[in-house]
Amino acid sequence: MSEERYQLNKELAQMLKGGVIMDVTTPEQAKIAEAAGACAVMALERIPADIRAAGGVSRMSDPAMIQEIQKAVSIPVMAKCRIGHFAEAQILEAIQIDYIDESEVLSPADDVYHIDKTKFKVPFVCGAKDLGEALRRIAEGASMIRTKGEPGTGDIIQAVRHMRKIQSEISNLAARREDELFEAAKQLQVPVDLVRFVHANKKLPVVNFAAGGVATPADAALMMQLGAEGVFVGSGIFKSGNPEKRASAIVKAVTNYNQPDLLAKLSENLGEAMVGINEQEIALLMAERGK
Amino acid sequence: MSIGILAVQGAFIEHAHCLEQLSQDYVLLRKKSDIPQNLERLILPGGESTVQRKLLHELDLFSILKNKILEDMPVLGTCVGLILLAEQIAEESTDGFQSLPVLVRRNAYGRQLGSFSTKGTVGEISDFPMRFIRAPYIEKILHPDVQILNLTDQHITAVNYKNQIGTAFHPELTDDLRIHKLFLSL
Repeated sequence: MSEERYQLNKELAQMLKGGVIMDVTTPEQAKIAEAAGACAVMALERIPADIRAAGGVSRMSDPAMIQEIQKAVSIPVMAKCRIGHFAEAQILEAIQIDYIDESEVLSPADDVYHIDKTKFKVPFVCGAKDLGEALRRIAEGASMIRTKGEPGTGDIIQAVRHMRKIQSEISNLAARREDELFEAAKQLQVPVDLVRFVHANKKLPVVNFAAGGVATPADAALMMQLGAEGVFVGSGIFKSGNPEKRASAIVKAVTNYNQPDLLAKLSENLGEAMVGINEQEIALLMAERGK
Repeated sequence: MSIGILAVQGAFIEHAHCLEQLSQDYVLLRKKSDIPQNLERLILPGGESTVQRKLLHELDLFSILKNKILEDMPVLGTCVGLILLAEQIAEESTDGFQSLPVLVRRNAYGRQLGSFSTKGTVGEISDFPMRFIRAPYIEKILHPDVQILNLTDQHITAVNYKNQIGTAFHPELTDDLRIHKLFLSL
């Protein structure tokens, strides 16, 4: 990927900021998400809660199904490939996907190597639990980062943990002396150029969204106040009692995340939230896939 | 001077940084009560037009801002901003401001793989870096007073009509502040 293409890909992520990216499994759901104010949709065959329930190996979705969703909406369409599965990524690029999520929600295809994302023209978003992981993915060519959270649980604790960790590591790095940055790069296992960028700018070189476990407008507002630049909502919308209303409320909560009076109104009568599983109750920690 | 930047979604901070470099104060507009009584100028940033259009209405920003634009308040619309200002959108209806007499086509260059950058002349500004991200272009001018500021590959990508400047590209993503200065001189 040329430097110019990478820049354009980072800029598309900038346009998504302050927005909500919603998981959808059908063209109908995609239309509901778009009408509710999603700034992009993630096309996948099964939402994370169902992947978790079904078990087994989880793979890239059928391209025909993704293309149906591309036809149904005018907003950007993203899709997931397995960690390290560059052939799935090549297929998604061939159908002109707007963003590829190299995602721990699917079963990893490679337990050592992530995809060399610099070889692609389409942009990639990757999950991260801490600053080192985020910068490693960026070094591999990711043009957007999201927290891993714990997908399909409706439990926000992991997304909070990852966002706080990344933010505090950025603050710590920014406070260090310049001659300490080589050692910092060594500890983080990342290129020193990226460490220098974070040191000078007190932020990641790409947009950083929250993902994993967001189920309510309050969850979205919490993540935005913790420093997320936007929010992914997976199972939280279409596993709830009233998807349209909940989706629309989460969109507004992301815009006005600092307005408790408005958030109170948005949180009223949303129907049943997704059931949710506490992190202690789950056998499979997806966030531990790919480091 | 009181400059508002619509901040319901998208790349509004980038415009704020441009104004900071020009030592201009600004207010971010996220809901009705954010709009200052004495609002003098407005920037409509890039992002997703379907989202911004919906939130403009549902957060009660729309009618106040529309009235001010029709009362000739200077406005700069970039990408989605251009779509919000446009009188018509190709193959779609619009509930945007419809104050700029042009017909705009959304996602005119296709998906993200169609995004590109180039340099060109924008009105009297030469060699301006233009970044097109899933950009629209203007398919038709609907009023003789609309001045074309840029043509890229035979498509109109920037116009000025009275108090309004609309660009299909993103001046806020570059270090070049000349379009923001042009807006401040309106």
